[in-house]
Amino acid sequence: MTAITTAAPAAAETSRNLTRTLLIGLLLLAAALPFLVGKSGFISNFTFLQLSLMIVYAIAVLGLNLLTGFNGQISLGHGAFFAVGAYTAAILIEHCGVNYWLTLPAAALICFVVGYLFGLPALRLEGHYLALATFGLAIAVPQMLKYKHLEPLTNGVMGINLLKPDAPFGLPLSGDQWMYLVVLVVAVAMFWMARNLLNSRPGRAMVAIRDHTLAAGTMGIDTSRYKATVFGISALYVGVAGALHAIIFEFVSPDSFRFELSIAILVGAVVGGVASLPGAVIGGIFVQFIEKYADAMTKKLTQAIHLPLELQPWTLYGITLIVLIYVMPGGIAGGLAALWARLRRPKSG
Amino acid sequence: MEQLIQQIASGLASGAIYALVALALVMIFTATDHLNFAQGEMAMFSTYICWQLIQWGFPFWPALGFTILFSFLLGVAIERVILRPLHNASVLSIVVVFIGLLAIFHSLAGGIWSHTIKNFPSPFPNVTFAGSGYIGAHQIGMILVSLLMLFALFAFFRFTPLGLAMRAAAQNPVSARLVGVKVDWMLALGWGLAAAVGAVAGAMVAPVVYLEPNMMASILLYGFAGALVGGISNPAGAVFGGFLVGVLENLVAYFGNLTEKTFGIYIVGNGEKLTVALIIVITILTLKPAGLFGRTTVRRV
Repeated sequence: MTAITTAAPAAAETSRNLTRTLLIGLLLLAAALPFLVGKSGFISNFTFLQLSLMIVYAIAVLGLNLLTGFNGQISLGHGAFFAVGAYTAAILIEHCGVNYWLTLPAAALICFVVGYLFGLPALRLEGHYLALATFGLAIAVPQMLKYKHLEPLTNGVMGINLLKPDAPFGLPLSGDQWMYLVVLVVAVAMFWMARNLLNSRPGRAMVAIRDHTLAAGTMGIDTSRYKATVFGISALYVGVAGALHAIIFEFVSPDSFRFELSIAILVGAVVGGVASLPGAVIGGIFVQFIEKYADAMTKKLTQAIHLPLELQPWTLYGITLIVLIYVMPGGIAGGLAALWARLRRPKSG
Repeated sequence: MEQLIQQIASGLASGAIYALVALALVMIFTATDHLNFAQGEMAMFSTYICWQLIQWGFPFWPALGFTILFSFLLGVAIERVILRPLHNASVLSIVVVFIGLLAIFHSLAGGIWSHTIKNFPSPFPNVTFAGSGYIGAHQIGMILVSLLMLFALFAFFRFTPLGLAMRAAAQNPVSARLVGVKVDWMLALGWGLAAAVGAVAGAMVAPVVYLEPNMMASILLYGFAGALVGGISNPAGAVFGGFLVGVLENLVAYFGNLTEKTFGIYIVGNGEKLTVALIIVITILTLKPAGLFGRTTVRRV
């Protein structure tokens, strides 16, 4: 009996070390990728762009996860903060000639403030009502971006065209490869910060508020301040993702930030698993994958089962969402974790 | 002045639609405490069915009648098949399922009928009458139809045994079940009725905004605003709220225009309609979540 209790933590320790080594190795490999293939064209610039977009969406999904998965506040309108971040970056580059990497902290700051301010009235709302307020935000955003007095800044319906920055220091990399590295580094930093936040006292307070707001308040947690701050932090994450998106995509316009974007972020979060950091990565990959391949996939599917009508990507989105809620409420990350736990359970157990 | 009356009249007309949507939202909310984000897309889908029937040569009213029946069955089916198993699920799961439904209906409509904008016929004769300078025949028809729907629903809930059973199931499910009301089916019935009301709203508004998969998105937001203003737990309040929001929307645009003309400063116009709706929603939710006529719910912890 005693042998088991002492052995278990040690085994957990080894397994954690193994995971960490694996993770670091994987990240180093990902970072070395552009240098390894160089300009050989073995992996095209377009693929690097796709990879970057995946990582960007992963950051955005992580932002929503922090709010929804770890703090229990629902948002259907995170595309709005994505838009604010993207426009912050675009306007700073276009009108102020700011260096692109300086726009990231600027977008982070502005989105934090905007998110915090939106979170203040949202404090009184929970569940369905919060979903409704953010739903309205998502629908209204493209209109707001076309607001007449903002036109000198936002360029109205036309949007803003940007130029992709070149690799500095004479590195033998293309623009896409360099931005892939930048995005990767930013993402690693942001995931690391999120992990540390969640493992800290405020992080535990966040989760306590999710699990039982009233009990958390009774234990001395300032629930309203926490909720508004988490809203701000969540917006910050999504805003940085938006800024990165603007830079690597080289274009922003009001209609890139329609309701569909908010839904895509939500879908990513649910598919990956709302209360999971690895889930955010899975979610980001899913969002980009669907955006890119859903058209082709649905066409193939339509032909394969001889449907009389043409399926569309959104149909897949919807079905995926509903089916996942039934069979894997914890998303893919949650499902994998459950599977892993079952496999590792000793048979005699 | 004439312009102002005109604006109010057309505000009442669009308010009629918001009132119908708000009514549909309230119907599901009172029974299940859920805000149905897919309500607008369901109505849009029903409207396409109606359009298709008219294209096949049916006259307007029989087509609408069949559409209402179809929508009712669809609503019942959605409740029974998709939402019933999630009876005790978290709010997030429910919201996600609604968004899933929204996506499915939106893309199905686009897939079946394409995204091109379609004309939808008005069932009302295009006649001139005293005051037709202020308001069109279709607008009057819209207002009349929505008032008719309201009275029909009121009579249904007030005077029929089934209506009584539905109210009982919504207010106190446990006691209702004890006296023999099939509460589960009452919820499904509520969904069916909501879908049917939505179908009417869609068919009434389609001649104005034209038929396309996106047509209900902004209307749904206004429907929510109307329902919240009136009180999301009160059907009559929601209808009043719908009309109020419709008028308010047009007045905002009117006075925005006026300030631009007199002072040369542009503040709001048609381009900010949705933002106005958003501000209404958030203000009401923050200051008076129960709305003007709603009851405040007290929850036991």
